[in-house]
Amino acid sequence: MEILMIVTAGIIISVSTYLLLTRSILRVVFGIVLLSHGVHLLILTMAGLMGGSPPLLTEDASSYTDPLPQALILTAIVISFGVTAFVLVLGYRTYKEHKTDDLDQLRGNGDE
Amino acid sequence: MNNIVVLLPVLIPFVAGVILIFFKNFSTIQRTISGLAAFILLFSSVFLTYHVYQDGILTLEAGNWSAPFGIIFVADLFAGLMTILSGIVGVACLFFAYKTIHKDREKFYFYPFYFFLLTGVNGAFLTGDIFNLFVFFEVMLISSYILIVMGGTKYQLRESFKYVVINIFASALFLIALAFLYSLTGTLNFAHLAQRIAEAEQTGVFNVVAILLLIVFAMKAALFPLYFWLPNSYYGPPTAIAAIFGGLLTKVGVYAIFRVFTLVFIHNIDFTHSVILFLAGATMFVGILGAVAKFDFRHILSYQIISHVGYMIMGLALFTPYAIAGAIFYIAHDMIVKTSLFLYAGVTQKITGTTDLTKMGGLLRTYPLLGWLFFISAIALAGIPPLSGFFGKFAMIVAGLDQGQYIIVFISLLVGLLTLYSMIRIFIYVFWGEPKIENDKDNPVKIMPLLLPIIPLAALTIAMGVFAEPIFSFSMEIAEQLLDPSQYIESVFKE
Repeated sequence: MEILMIVTAGIIISVSTYLLLTRSILRVVFGIVLLSHGVHLLILTMAGLMGGSPPLLTEDASSYTDPLPQALILTAIVISFGVTAFVLVLGYRTYKEHKTDDLDQLRGNGDE
Repeated sequence: MNNIVVLLPVLIPFVAGVILIFFKNFSTIQRTISGLAAFILLFSSVFLTYHVYQDGILTLEAGNWSAPFGIIFVADLFAGLMTILSGIVGVACLFFAYKTIHKDREKFYFYPFYFFLLTGVNGAFLTGDIFNLFVFFEVMLISSYILIVMGGTKYQLRESFKYVVINIFASALFLIALAFLYSLTGTLNFAHLAQRIAEAEQTGVFNVVAILLLIVFAMKAALFPLYFWLPNSYYGPPTAIAAIFGGLLTKVGVYAIFRVFTLVFIHNIDFTHSVILFLAGATMFVGILGAVAKFDFRHILSYQIISHVGYMIMGLALFTPYAIAGAIFYIAHDMIVKTSLFLYAGVTQKITGTTDLTKMGGLLRTYPLLGWLFFISAIALAGIPPLSGFFGKFAMIVAGLDQGQYIIVFISLLVGLLTLYSMIRIFIYVFWGEPKIENDKDNPVKIMPLLLPIIPLAALTIAMGVFAEPIFSFSMEIAEQLLDPSQYIESVFKE
């Protein structure tokens, strides 16, 4: 199960790397979204998957799922949600002002 | 025991920011509240540091959940000093912003985000938990995204898109590093991490995590080779914002590197700290080459930021009390001087309407006070003896010679010389020669209100040089505290 999750996270992160390196603003934003998903999956997996066990309820539970990584991911999801919304607006405004979404043309020329 | 005073430098700007949101259309009210809050913030940071100095390291456990289970805030002397410095920079840039920030920007929540930025910065200094370091980094970064694009000019939009994407990528790497760290140690509390890694002996995979964290913080601190985003993105926003970014943001990355590599990853110094030493040399050299090559006031200053981050990291890499004390002294000096230099760039831009050195000239004739103040800060940055830049550099170079690291000493001396060259070049181009702007003489721009926040910074620069002895012995104490992690760990676990 862990191996599968790690491979999935790896695939998601490699796809997002590809998207981050493309020239279109919107694809870069999708890359950011996918990257955060991949990272969240990785956190969940790295903390150890305990399929079928509940989070810690009593002190004498024999097997339990560590609730901390889920709390961490929740925080990270909220942050990445806010940041994604901001990047979408920023990308849209950049597109409107510059009349292009090609990052090659947004390179700028040295001193301005 | 809980010390609410630890949280004050985080709470005050946060509450101030929230209150300011409600007054977005009332310029006077906004200015009054923000001015008051900035001074209270500075005062509370000084109070906190004094308290720490008297009673040792203070901690605050959120909700009384004891470490390592709860969220914890720790104020040691280093964190205290950093909050004082961020308070000073915050006050100076705020008062400069009153005179320079455009009305439209003021209405679009400039002040609230200014204070949220300070919240994130102070939170990053005071947190005792590496996941909260990430959260406060995000608080700081989101505010900085908004401040850097505020106004929405073409240039700003283009450059801040890159800035945002790079920082998001760094944050993702940070989370990956945290995932590894958690799976290896089962904790994210700094003190607990330090204990567990000491038990596990820092080998193999721990070094990978250490370097991963170094990459993340290097991106924030603009270390070689991850500095490329800085010069262009700091060029766009208004002066007050560029000044607080230049003074504060990279130093947060530097602080995080200091914290992690003096507390957590200290068991394989041969490897980690020699990587850091190499980065330090490369950063200062490449940074200064950029500064020498450029002909724009702000671009030069941006490259100077990069170059001087190298010095701070060099002090850490040498890893002796004397070198770290030098580095801490240097951080204090650099935050104050760098902020004031950015503000000078703003003043000259206000006078001449440009930041291009070749288009300015002869300002010394009309604005002698501005010229000589700039001269003081410029030679302080280069490290000329009676001023603040000298002592930190001197300590680090002596420590470097003691350790036999002659290459880094040579590079740092060479970079010092080139810094002097690039600062004097600004002075010659901007202040000497014939005035190039018409009607300069008859109609001088009123710059006194603009100089008001700069004069205290320049005075501090001189004071730090003249009274270097007590300040340096204070940095020495900080360095000894940093190099003795057991103090930090004991104060967190109350053993």
